[in-house]
Amino acid sequence: MLSVLAASTPLLLAATGELVTERAGVLNLGVEGMMIVGAACGFGGAWLSGSIIIGALCGIVAGILMSLIFALMTLGLAVNQVATGLALTILGIGLSGLIGARFVGEKITPAPHLHIPGLSDIPLVGRILFGEDGFVYLSLALIVAVWYVLYRTRPGLILRACGDNHVSAHALGYPVLRIRMYAVMFGGACAGLAGAYLPLAYTPFFIPGMTAGRGWIALALVVFASWRPGRLVAGAYLFGAVTILQLHAQGAGLGVPSQLMSALPYLATVIVLVLISRARSGGSTAPAALGTVFVPDR
Amino acid sequence: MQLVLEKRAERSTGIALVSPLIAIALTLVTMSILFAILGKNPIAALGVYFIDPLTDSYSLQEIAVKATPLVMIAIGLSLCYLANAWNIGAEGQFLMGAVAGSWLAVKTQGTDAGHWVLPAMLLLGAIAGALYALIPALCKVRFGASEILTSLMLVYVADLLLDYLVRGPWRDPKGFNFPTTAEFDPVATVPVLIEGGRLHFGSIIALAVVAAGAVLLGRTIKGFEIRVVGAAPRAARFGGFNANQLVLVTFAISGALAGLAGIIEVAGPIGHLQPGISPGYGFTAIIVAFLGRLNPVGILIAGLFLALTFIGGEQAQIAMKIPLDVTKVFQGILLFYVLACDSLILYRFRFISASPKVQSGAH
Amino acid sequence: MRKILAAVAAALLATGAGLFSASAADKLKVGFIYLGPIGDLGWTYQHDQGRLALVKELGDKIETTYLENVSEGPDSERSIEQLARAGNKLIFTTSFGYMEPTLKVAKKYPNVHFEHATGYKRDKNMSTYSGKFYEGRYIQGLIAAKMSKSGVLGYIGSFPIPEVISGINATMLAAQTINPNIKVKIIWVNTWFDPGKEADAAKALIDQGADVIMQHTDSPAAMQVAAERGKLAFGQDSEMIKFGPKTQLTSIMDNWGPYYIERVKAELDGKWKSEDTWDGLKEKMVVMAPYTNMPDDVKKLAEDTEAAIKAGTLHPFKCPIIGQDGKEVECKDGHLADGAILGMNFYVKGIDDKIPGK
Repeated sequence: MLSVLAASTPLLLAATGELVTERAGVLNLGVEGMMIVGAACGFGGAWLSGSIIIGALCGIVAGILMSLIFALMTLGLAVNQVATGLALTILGIGLSGLIGARFVGEKITPAPHLHIPGLSDIPLVGRILFGEDGFVYLSLALIVAVWYVLYRTRPGLILRACGDNHVSAHALGYPVLRIRMYAVMFGGACAGLAGAYLPLAYTPFFIPGMTAGRGWIALALVVFASWRPGRLVAGAYLFGAVTILQLHAQGAGLGVPSQLMSALPYLATVIVLVLISRARSGGSTAPAALGTVFVPDR
Repeated sequence: MQLVLEKRAERSTGIALVSPLIAIALTLVTMSILFAILGKNPIAALGVYFIDPLTDSYSLQEIAVKATPLVMIAIGLSLCYLANAWNIGAEGQFLMGAVAGSWLAVKTQGTDAGHWVLPAMLLLGAIAGALYALIPALCKVRFGASEILTSLMLVYVADLLLDYLVRGPWRDPKGFNFPTTAEFDPVATVPVLIEGGRLHFGSIIALAVVAAGAVLLGRTIKGFEIRVVGAAPRAARFGGFNANQLVLVTFAISGALAGLAGIIEVAGPIGHLQPGISPGYGFTAIIVAFLGRLNPVGILIAGLFLALTFIGGEQAQIAMKIPLDVTKVFQGILLFYVLACDSLILYRFRFISASPKVQSGAH
Repeated sequence: MRKILAAVAAALLATGAGLFSASAADKLKVGFIYLGPIGDLGWTYQHDQGRLALVKELGDKIETTYLENVSEGPDSERSIEQLARAGNKLIFTTSFGYMEPTLKVAKKYPNVHFEHATGYKRDKNMSTYSGKFYEGRYIQGLIAAKMSKSGVLGYIGSFPIPEVISGINATMLAAQTINPNIKVKIIWVNTWFDPGKEADAAKALIDQGADVIMQHTDSPAAMQVAAERGKLAFGQDSEMIKFGPKTQLTSIMDNWGPYYIERVKAELDGKWKSEDTWDGLKEKMVVMAPYTNMPDDVKKLAEDTEAAIKAGTLHPFKCPIIGQDGKEVECKDGHLADGAILGMNFYVKGIDDKIPGK
């Protein structure tokens, strides 16, 4: 059970950022690239400074810098978002290898697990609720904050408006491109932090390619959650649980093909997408302007 | 002062011709700096990347081999994108084509099946790719589900299916449990064009696909329809064009081409089915499609150019010990510059004083 | 069309041959093809350590080149051929998936010598080499059975190929000599390399009661999880004690340096010939990391066993070998034949699991 929380955290963090980005109408397929650079810089920062927090900040900054390249291209120059996102991933994999080369083989002390005397010792729930590393709680706090901002505040409303109809939002006088840039940067920060989580807390060393496709899963998660923060949490833990359960099922000697188990989340995502789109008869709940280029008329 | 983009009244033909040159020049400058930082001679390094692979027939063949699947897939994708249908799952269609075609190769293995096997495999590959692409297309048309996301999800499903097949039912009985089918029989293999080389018949098919794409887009009503629906959906509706039908058609074509590319790759350069048959061709082809500006001839050039950077990157590793990661960075930067410069074809930059809509509080 | 293209290509071939002049350096060029990045801390890292040892020993006579991150798909044949064309006279291809491509390129370049790791196909100019890793697994099995309190071992497998299966069997045969009721739980992660997944697998195994973790995957993730949970573990491929100073019992280290040096020397002397090399502890292709975190009697048992295997008095797969079905496996001359181990596709009695895909 415990490993589900930890396994889901990088997915949840990266997906939270991507959710905000997509809600603003921008599809950034470069999550994997931003994550792996975040992992390299996060580990480098922590190793050089000896501080997990500085490492995490380095990961966040690296993610933001990567996302700014994306923002410059897609928002500043109106380049296609899909192509740019893919190019960002290629760049990220290369950069992380160059940055991380000197850290390979080094080791740090991982982020400590919380221990609140009394509470953490409660049987069963104690360790789950009060005994994980700080990132786990941070990721949950973050998604709650995102939910609050998106649905309960004016900036959130404006952000969603940009994602649903950028022409109207622009006509109402909102700076669509600037809002989208902030959303993209937030996505980069989250992806960078998600990447940094892997070498800082999960496995305390850096190896090239250690994100192993988690950025792509985060993209799937956002769809699976139909762009809703609440469902995103459920989805992230479901994805994490399927991965872990698959391993447990093997250890217990159940003969289910592991590929079938691994394919389930993706199939489920497609089905969910069809169902929600159908329920809305005609329109999907996806932000209507998702992935489209916007150039303000002057 | 603020820098803004402004839409040009019409495409700038002059910039369309110059922009790739600007992009390449910028890339050369950036990479020279990077090479200098890494302590390599920039001129020599760039020579290894761009010039050396073009100077001998072996590298030229390899460039063609590498470009073949990229170009085939990208042509199909360009039709989709022109029609505003966003197929991101070509990688999955590629794998499904490879799986379906391989099925016949595995079933006929060791029998005295004749020369019909290979054509049948290619056909199966194309059909499977098309059918697999129709899943997201139908979800889009029937339920309005975003095809970008469904097609992407189905990539993983195809990948896992392939994985299951080669580790289980189709595994080579003599292969010591390693996850691969047996080598295909000669009748199930794409012939090479030059004895001793790797250039294969698939490259000719790719050229034919480029030609067909150019004819379809330039000279047929369907091609006109595709471009109108993409460029002006509302006008297209008034014109009586059926956008939904077009989504299905373009997805089916691009799926078929991706599937065909998949089975050609398996029955050609690889020779058997195994996991990891695609180093991301389906995704790289998306970049190729955009680099080629969704134009068949442009895609051919873009595919060859990208293939050149792969081959050049390998030779740079051998000749100058430049790490592979540098090649990745190099490709990323190159793509950014090309995409950015292409933006100038449709837009122009203009400096304006701060927008009147910004409140006075903002400086 | 086809004829025209062939004619054009043939013309290019002619001019190309003229342009391409092999650099006539005196030094012997030796090439390596790696599956992962050289910084993977596992399989590829150890091969590169072997290359570095080679450079240290013979650096004045040779020049080495490597290509890293070469996928086992359509690109590998080209990568191998690139090395051959760049004038490398001896080329090591270090992963099983390079078998067919290496064979194809070897046929095309009869004057270049190829060495393929872990495969089973050879040619006049193509050797194979691999390590008897199961010898190390046997020692690990003894240690694990002695050190486990729960009597449950956790085993992280990559792919169910003979090398991994024989490792599991050797472990269990050894463990059963200490504790006949020992159990093993096996998780296949279907990857050589995904630190996160390896860590998850280790956690799952520990959650299911395993207290000694062994792995046949490449990263130190499992070691680190075991350290965090206060359990014991074995390293893989390389020395991993850094990731579990109080956790690592020992590690099976791949030691390719001596072999690479020997083969390059043979090439320099003009004595290279196609061979099938399968070396173990005795030849030091497989080396055990220091025995740590165990009582002296267990340490002594491990050392004695290692000595016995080296001396040839103990064979991990000595007859009789009983399969899961309770039937005796064909076994002559006192121990299983090399071929039977190289193609092993069954579990021995006492393993309560099934080989995936079988």
